[in-house]
Amino acid sequence: MQLVPNLLLFGRVLRAAGVHVHRERMVDAIEATEWIGLGSRADLRATLSALLVHRYEDLPLFNDAFDLFFRAHGSSALDLPLFSLGERARILMRRNTGAPQRLDLESESAESAASAAFALGAYSTIEVSRTKDFSDFTAAELEAARRLMLRMQWQPGTRRTRRWQRASRGDIDMPRLLRTNLMRGGELIELPRRIRREAPRPIVMLADVSGSMDRYSRMLLAFASGLTRSARQVESFVFATRLTRVTRLVSAPTGYRVVSRMVRDLHDWGGGTRIGEALRTFNTTWARRVMRHGPVVIIVSDGWDRGDPLLLARELARLRRRCSRLMWLNPLLGSAGYEPLTRGMQAALAHIDDFMPAHNLRSIEDLATHLQRLGPGLKTRPSIDGNYRQT
Amino acid sequence: MSHAPLAIPSSVDALQEAVGRQQYIAERALAVSIYLALRLKRPLFLEGEAGVGKTEVAKVLAAALDTSFIRLQCYEGLDVSQAVYEWNYPRQLLEIRMIETARDLDRAAVTHELFTETFLIKRPLLRAIEQTRQRAPVLLIDEIDRADEEFEGYLLEFLSDFQVTIPELGTIRAAEPPVVVITSNRTREVHDALKRRCVYSWIPYPDFDKEYRIVTAKVPGASERLARQVTAFVQDLRTADLYKAAGISETLDWAAALVALDRDVLDRHVIDETLGILLKNQEDIDAVRGERVGAMLARVLA
Repeated sequence: MQLVPNLLLFGRVLRAAGVHVHRERMVDAIEATEWIGLGSRADLRATLSALLVHRYEDLPLFNDAFDLFFRAHGSSALDLPLFSLGERARILMRRNTGAPQRLDLESESAESAASAAFALGAYSTIEVSRTKDFSDFTAAELEAARRLMLRMQWQPGTRRTRRWQRASRGDIDMPRLLRTNLMRGGELIELPRRIRREAPRPIVMLADVSGSMDRYSRMLLAFASGLTRSARQVESFVFATRLTRVTRLVSAPTGYRVVSRMVRDLHDWGGGTRIGEALRTFNTTWARRVMRHGPVVIIVSDGWDRGDPLLLARELARLRRRCSRLMWLNPLLGSAGYEPLTRGMQAALAHIDDFMPAHNLRSIEDLATHLQRLGPGLKTRPSIDGNYRQT
Repeated sequence: MSHAPLAIPSSVDALQEAVGRQQYIAERALAVSIYLALRLKRPLFLEGEAGVGKTEVAKVLAAALDTSFIRLQCYEGLDVSQAVYEWNYPRQLLEIRMIETARDLDRAAVTHELFTETFLIKRPLLRAIEQTRQRAPVLLIDEIDRADEEFEGYLLEFLSDFQVTIPELGTIRAAEPPVVVITSNRTREVHDALKRRCVYSWIPYPDFDKEYRIVTAKVPGASERLARQVTAFVQDLRTADLYKAAGISETLDWAAALVALDRDVLDRHVIDETLGILLKNQEDIDAVRGERVGAMLARVLA
């Protein structure tokens, strides 16, 4: 049996399937087979998995590839279903294409026409009113506003970290004081000082993309995209009936197609809203991973909720305990005479720190200013599970 | 101080047996990973939900290899002075005072005396390197995901050459690489560059058989029937949609509590009373107490 060529081939198969396999690891894998032996397929699987995979997400893909490869093992290498494996990663990224999407108003051709127009500088000449409601925008204005938002620079305030840095003010840095001055014989010549370093405060954005938000979703996703790309630590989620993490999607450098790709990928686009359930999913599945360092949480929704308002209130209360500030942006708040009377909104009001409009460019700018003003000393609320202290 | 190298078990089976003697039940895949980490002298990177026994792996490994165990608990803001070394400056100040009163101060000599090992506080990473002069210890870097990314960068450097440079003292090298176990609860993604250097293993929640074996091994007072019921109940509970699922240590605590209460079988009353041992979250407790406990119990007893 030709072990080394087979292992190298398997490494290539894994790479083709989308598992990130580092070259050095192949060397390790070949060395490892000397220790493990090839008697047991389970051991071989464990060996290759331990050395070639380093992400939990890749494990299922690895297992599939392993099964396929070592079942085919023995027959000619040309019979291997390499192509089907290679295709798989791409197919996975595109599932959910079947559902009808209400927001995908522009077809591919319209989209490419629009980008061609932009390339000619067409949109740069359009003046966009900062106080006009997004829902009244023409297609051209939408596009111009969208580009504006993608370019916006966000400075979402800072948080104080637990790391020290040298500074000209602050507390005296005792270890450094002694180290520097003892070297000179113990005379205190310098008084080095230190302060806690500050880092950008993370943001978690949860955007409602259900049917009632239709007119605003596009703009708000552009907003999410701009925010994610300009501030460093932003996590984005969208929800209607279920919650989907879109952080990677909105931060993709091909900014223009971000929104429409998202539209295609979201199975639940335009369905009814169950905010409470979406938040519950967030709290149980994602909060542990993305709610670090006392983030600012921004929920964007009109509050039209078909779910249980009690559940919504409970999950909001929980969410609020774990973040430093909970904001709710409601596009409807911009229209004159709007009262937050929906059951969902009523349930939410008691648990949020800021209730702000998000219907035109002015309101988005206000939000930017507001975020920037949040100081580094913002406290995370005491948490009943003690996971978050002051950050 | 003579150098005695580690005795690495000769095969995966031998390793499985060695950790088994320490009352640890390692699945084959995990045993292979541990064995490879030892053979290839790579750090072992363990990921998994909280409470699946990641930390335990390192402790058991130290006992099985008959070597010392050094633990570095990570937290936000962890820096070199807490992880590697720090000068004991209060003691240095005292020393200056004492020298001043005792004799005329020779500044050059004092400086020299003040930066010797006597005044050095050795933190886990430095201790791990020093230990290798006798026998490579097991170094546990626990919950790396809690430390910030700057520390990860440092760790990357540390793991590639196992040496520490102290400007005032010089460079201290490991005689042989310590056995490094890194754990992560996956509250954030640890950088790929670090993971790539390691042998990676994902530890899932144990299945029924494994957890049952753990319960009978660790809670000898539990009858076979109780152990089965406890395990089945916890397994069922883990499928419920809760903020925080029960880990193995919770199962063990619960089994021990039931034994202490002289229980031989589960009933709704006793479950309601002791649910706080399994679930550490009031909302979760409220969510399952009563009806749902009844339904789960019915499935367990069926």
